[in-house]
Amino acid sequence: MALTRWWSRGERLAGKPSGALLAVEPQEWLGVATDVAAAGGQLLALWATRYPDCSPAALVRAAYLVDGGLLVAQLPVADPAHRYRGLQELYPAAARMQRAAADLTGILSDAADRRPWLRHAAWAPDQHPLSAPPPIPAAPAVDDYAFVRVEGEGVHEIAVGPVHAGIIEPGHFRFSVVGEKVLKLEERLGYVHKGIERRFTELPLLDGHRLAARVSGDSAVAYAWAYCQALEGMTGTAVPPRALWLRALCLELERVQNHLGDLGALGNDAGFAFGLAQFSRLKEELTRAIGATLGQRYLLDAVVPGGVAVDLQDQAARTLAVVLARTSSRVRELHAIYDDHAGVRDRFAGAGRVEPELAQRLGLIGLAGRASGQGSDLRVDSPWPPYHVITPKLCMRRDGDVAARVAVRFDEVEESCRLARALLSELPGGALAAPVPAAVAAPLGVGVIEGWRGPVLVALESREPGRIHRCHAHDPSWQNWPVIEHAVMGNIVPDFPLINKSFNLSYSGHDL
Amino acid sequence: MLKTLRTIAGVGIVSESPPEPDDELRLRDALQAQIQSVLGRALAIRAVDSGSCNGCELEIHALNNPIYNIEGLGIRFVASPRHADLLLVTGPVSWNMAAALKRTYEAMPDPKLVVAVGDCGCDGGVFGRSYACAGPVSAILPVDVAVPGCPPSPQRLLQAILTAIRPRRA
Repeated sequence: MALTRWWSRGERLAGKPSGALLAVEPQEWLGVATDVAAAGGQLLALWATRYPDCSPAALVRAAYLVDGGLLVAQLPVADPAHRYRGLQELYPAAARMQRAAADLTGILSDAADRRPWLRHAAWAPDQHPLSAPPPIPAAPAVDDYAFVRVEGEGVHEIAVGPVHAGIIEPGHFRFSVVGEKVLKLEERLGYVHKGIERRFTELPLLDGHRLAARVSGDSAVAYAWAYCQALEGMTGTAVPPRALWLRALCLELERVQNHLGDLGALGNDAGFAFGLAQFSRLKEELTRAIGATLGQRYLLDAVVPGGVAVDLQDQAARTLAVVLARTSSRVRELHAIYDDHAGVRDRFAGAGRVEPELAQRLGLIGLAGRASGQGSDLRVDSPWPPYHVITPKLCMRRDGDVAARVAVRFDEVEESCRLARALLSELPGGALAAPVPAAVAAPLGVGVIEGWRGPVLVALESREPGRIHRCHAHDPSWQNWPVIEHAVMGNIVPDFPLINKSFNLSYSGHDL
Repeated sequence: MLKTLRTIAGVGIVSESPPEPDDELRLRDALQAQIQSVLGRALAIRAVDSGSCNGCELEIHALNNPIYNIEGLGIRFVASPRHADLLLVTGPVSWNMAAALKRTYEAMPDPKLVVAVGDCGCDGGVFGRSYACAGPVSAILPVDVAVPGCPPSPQRLLQAILTAIRPRRA
């Protein structure tokens, strides 16, 4: 009931269908957050923007997923030295987003944890990259981070990273353990902070999709689409149906590619090398087919403003459909083998469990959320074209362990192969892209796309024709990284790689 | 078990032959030809992501699949820089990773090789050089071979690795 008031007061938001922008006063900020929580909604993203020589000097925005829509609350910060009310008590995931906003813009929340998050030693505490770019450092430097210490008899620490033993992204994990059992894990991220949000402001508005696709390379289609959805909303561009169908095809192919990679790697981490060999072969076969038909093995440059930069001839569409059908049936065979394998079952079941109640409280989203009973998938809850026609099925489990995250991947591979084939068989004709005007009708646009890992958000703001004032990219990993700290509690250290892989979160997408 | 064996037999051997080295990818000749020919038979690689968007990692992973079968060539990825002959670095190098990257390189025994991967590893790519990015791998380490691409295909990656460990052909 209370929420209806906020929805009705909000203005239509450019970009994501069923989005609203709600300007709030400082005394209403927490009220909106409380009402969203009461309605079972989630905080998707929180970011701050500076406006030099303007009043107010800054805005803090919180994007909520609630009632199948996107509600963006916008709080003015008149004095940059004033601390706004943090949302970490209602939404624990907000804590790190607020710390990141403080590092990048200097706008601080009133939360107790004042430690930097994305800032290491590359720039000084009084410098804020989104306010004015700090100078280029002269030499590499390191800093000390105040990890929370666990004390007691027999407790010791294991420090892992930032350089890890495998071919994965860098981050630091500090384990406090007794014997083999993990008492506490504390993550430290930010190692691959590349100044992406600062870089956006240096790019033309019609060129930002290339950088968006590289926020997290494994989710390139999702990010580029979210960027374009925001831009197309701001400029009033109508994307041709064929382009939308091809975008969805690319998004589902990206999902299948990633799931196949993860299913193989998870088998391997459980000591079943056969799984890695078979799944990596299937992934390569599909990746080659994508390269042969769409021209790119990974679809980093498929989605462009106004449409797509890829096309499919009828013969190529048929080839891809055949490969997808074969992939689907092979995966079904491998699923049976995984299920029959006692060793694999033993490692997967019960490891890294996140109960649905905890998942709900911590705001676990996306694939990992669906493995812990959080039945949210934007393609299902608030379908955007073409998902309003090609209806996806929700894949969900409730056990919340590695086995559940594996099972959701198995189900989603099959479902995405089905969707991709449906998209291929009903591919409309017509143009591949519509022209996009450089002038914007709305200064702010927000795109949200359900990528393979979960919903990604791109909030785009333009104040001068053809220029980007601010572009905030949000990865679902922001929500899910803190949950891994809970998922490993009480597990043994050797199970960490398996548990971590079962979430397979993005470092690049988080560190920006 | 029977299903597993049947699958293995059914799929058979899918490995393909490796590409030839490409001298155009070479930036410098750090090692004597003699040493290169020894390394070429059994090479240990340490991969470090020094700031990549993770796109290059997807293709580096593919080197381990049965089709490229890099282990079949005597080349394997190792967990410690102390066991490595070659450092495979994806970029751009973020300033927050620069010190860790340097330390990894310093921990490797001599003689050692560095291969920079991807457009970002070669020249900083779309991220460039900034308060957060040192830019190309060569800004931090001496680079022997650099392979562009966004991301480079597994064939190109394999070619770059083979170029680093085989003597110049001219």
